[in-house]
Amino acid sequence: MSGHDHDHDHSELSDIELRVRALETLLTEKGYVDPPALDELIETYETKIGPKNGAQVVAKVWTDPDYRSRLLKDATSAIAELGFTGRQGEHMVAVENTPDTHNMVVCTLCSCYPWTVLGLPPVWYKSAPYRSRAVRDPRGVLAEFGITLPAVKEIKVWDSTAEVRYLVIPERPAGTDGWSAERLAELVTRDSMIGTGLAASPQQAKESA
Amino acid sequence: MNGAHDLGGQMGFGPIELEENEPNFHADWEKRAFAVTLAMGATGTWTLDASRFSRESLPPDIYLSSSYYEIWARGLERLVVKYGLVTEDELKEGRQKAVVQPVKRVLTAADVAATLAKGAAVDRPQSEVARFKVGDLVRTKRMHPEHHTRLPRYARDAIGTIEAIHGVHVFPDANAHGNGEQPCWLYGVVFRGPDIWGEDSDPTLTLRIDLWEPYLVPA
Repeated sequence: MSGHDHDHDHSELSDIELRVRALETLLTEKGYVDPPALDELIETYETKIGPKNGAQVVAKVWTDPDYRSRLLKDATSAIAELGFTGRQGEHMVAVENTPDTHNMVVCTLCSCYPWTVLGLPPVWYKSAPYRSRAVRDPRGVLAEFGITLPAVKEIKVWDSTAEVRYLVIPERPAGTDGWSAERLAELVTRDSMIGTGLAASPQQAKESA
Repeated sequence: MNGAHDLGGQMGFGPIELEENEPNFHADWEKRAFAVTLAMGATGTWTLDASRFSRESLPPDIYLSSSYYEIWARGLERLVVKYGLVTEDELKEGRQKAVVQPVKRVLTAADVAATLAKGAAVDRPQSEVARFKVGDLVRTKRMHPEHHTRLPRYARDAIGTIEAIHGVHVFPDANAHGNGEQPCWLYGVVFRGPDIWGEDSDPTLTLRIDLWEPYLVPA
């Protein structure tokens, strides 16, 4: 953008701000979009749909073996049981981390992400550094997230090329025996469900609280 | 197409920039770009595949230097012109000058929750038998189409194994270009790291990529 814009009506707006404003104004004027619907869309993803949904799914997997079986067999239906359905979650698959295997999800071609359980993707997930490197050097990527995995652990990287969306079920942290699903859900971070993080330990959760 | 969007395996982009407690949106215009893109998608004028193609068709220098919501906004500018809803002139001036072309529907605030909760499933009835079964060795085609495709460059002409059969799904290569859904079998294919990246690959790496039957031949 130019920092020397002499159009005083717009002198404080960047090029992209002007473009988006023009686009929205025009599409509204032409009757293709209804402004209250735009506000409702924003409000929904700001307040209703986010990683707390996914954390509920994970905590239920950790505490309910029947639910875990259903989820691993048909994640779309099992996630729908908790009320999370629809856009960018139409075809869900859950992949479970184990002592031998770590799963990590990327979309190298765009920004595919399981919105129903994680909300909108963070900027880094959509960025060139992550998308380029996750498939080739996942351990290097994980190191940037502060994660070092045992050298023998298999790393499965899932490139979301179709409309199938992947939810990582992180390993349940040690020292949580007998915890309720509600309490466990607080340990489930967004990144642990993408596979660029691990679930928080009780100690870490206490420190960040 | 071999656009700037096809980033898997490219090098030189530097470290991943992480942000603590990141907000969903970093500016008001990002919220608007996001919502306008979804609302226009809901008019049913183009497919999700067409919108992806619009974004990946941006000139590489623009694609790589734009934030993701900027890519969305620029992709939408191209779509509304391409599909005849808006003229170049109108875009430039930001006000209506040409007639309104009817759209199939306009999303209202009252419909938002139900529309999002319903989504848009892309699985279709199975009319043909799947060519491959779990465990089959397959080779991805060597191809460089100028049209939309979801076979990433790094995974072309590579040998993998069918690990999952997802069902019959809409075929993006056709659906992005007004050629109908042409649904076909979608497979989860697993590749060994060294089969993609060569002997320098992390030996513990395996890749899973969802690939449609037309991308695959028996190995």
